[in-house]
Amino acid sequence: MSATEALINPEPAKLVVDGVSKSFTTRRGKLQALDNVSLTVSEGEFVCLVGPSGCGKSTLLNLIAGLDVPDSGTLSSDGQLISGTGRERMVMFQEHALFPWLDVLGNVLFGLKLKPNLTDKDRVEVAKYYLHLVGLSNFAKANIHELSGGMKQRVALARALAPNPRVLLMDEPFASLDAMTREQLYEDIQKIWAARKKTIVFVTHNVREAVCLGDRVVLFSPNPGRIREEFPVTLPRPRDINSIQLASLASEITRALKSHLPTA
Amino acid sequence: MKRAVVAILFFVGLVGIWQAMVSSGHYSPVLLPPPGDVWHYLVEAAKSGELAKATAVTTKRLLIGYFAGCLLGLPLGLLTARSKYLNDTVGVLALGLQTLPSVCWVPLALLWFGQTEAAMQFVVIMGTLWSVLIAVENGVKNLPPLYVRAARTMGSKGTHTLTHVILPASLPYVISGMKQGWAFAWRSLMAAEIFVTILTGVGLGHILHYGRELNAMDQVLGIMLVLVVIGLLADKLLFSPWESFIHRRWGTARN
Repeated sequence: MSATEALINPEPAKLVVDGVSKSFTTRRGKLQALDNVSLTVSEGEFVCLVGPSGCGKSTLLNLIAGLDVPDSGTLSSDGQLISGTGRERMVMFQEHALFPWLDVLGNVLFGLKLKPNLTDKDRVEVAKYYLHLVGLSNFAKANIHELSGGMKQRVALARALAPNPRVLLMDEPFASLDAMTREQLYEDIQKIWAARKKTIVFVTHNVREAVCLGDRVVLFSPNPGRIREEFPVTLPRPRDINSIQLASLASEITRALKSHLPTA
Repeated sequence: MKRAVVAILFFVGLVGIWQAMVSSGHYSPVLLPPPGDVWHYLVEAAKSGELAKATAVTTKRLLIGYFAGCLLGLPLGLLTARSKYLNDTVGVLALGLQTLPSVCWVPLALLWFGQTEAAMQFVVIMGTLWSVLIAVENGVKNLPPLYVRAARTMGSKGTHTLTHVILPASLPYVISGMKQGWAFAWRSLMAAEIFVTILTGVGLGHILHYGRELNAMDQVLGIMLVLVVIGLLADKLLFSPWESFIHRRWGTARN
């Protein structure tokens, strides 16, 4: 495989979550993180999972990633049962999870080096392409601790994109960033999604963020974690987080979200 | 440049104070030989080849024992951190033996191996092994689980995760453990060489011991200087490059 071939967009995958339940045993007893949850994400769709903490949205993401196993129910990607992690489903975590012992390029290369049928020269070429895509071409040799929070998440994005997955799973990736940086990243992620068609599952507790990015917003409620409502978002792209239509849809969803919460 | 000048002035000053103490006449030259005598001894010992030979004997014992200890300690530390059973058994044993000054192994080593190189290397290994093992174990246990999860999503598993994620991620712990192991090994080897005659080679510790028997304090002080220089060199050659790599990469910067 050449670098050019490694950069060809694969067909985005369709995800099917069917009747999945998952519980955890904690010190305070059993926590039903997910209770009989079913969800279908079509090829190339951008779906945002929204809900208060403890509603199981991150648990679902970990199950799709193959990092955890459900108690019951099945998950599949393009009809293939998900039984473990796989390069076609890459994850971006809330904390960047970059490796401090490698420089920026080394981090982006980590997953590529595990991909067979590529020469090292091609791997570097592919990694540099993605660094360019996230706007960090000049930081290939930088150390992780030298980057700002936003830059770290950009590197994490490049690292997740580099093995050319068909699905991108994002677990509150912008939660710890300041508002200005986040807004820039909303623009960038929409551009990148348009350029490199992926099926994206994006977990957030920020409703406006979800409306800004998603084709569909899926609302979760906690104890036990269930899907409550779904809202298609048909606003034209690229979307501006500060637009009035976006804000009014977001407040509608926020009202729905509150109605599902136990009164505080 | 300025720092170098300050350092040189400091050490020249130390020798100056030493010389002044000798010149004052308050101290017997047998107990406190002048710096010139110590220098003279070192030059003679270097010329006769005695010094180089003893240094070679001692550093060979140290390096063989030390690297054997590291080679054993690294994998054992990784294993004890990953297995509960090994943690309850080997882990506890290591913690106990780490507190034992390794010079305590000398009597047994002499009985087991005789007055040989093996006895010396055994003592050095005992000094190194447990520190390295515990440091590695500590490093692995303190690893954020997120690193391994992230690596798994990229297709890393088994040995690859061990060598490409767990080991480099615990590098700061590993290096400080190896440094501690080095210090223990060096101290126990000197103690052993000073107190025990080894038939297979005369090390620096022995020469220091002979110096005491002959009341030749210039020899004792000269060998002590050589030991200090070896310690400094080991630090610069073995550990400094790793430490500066860690400072640079992890951002735990000095200066």
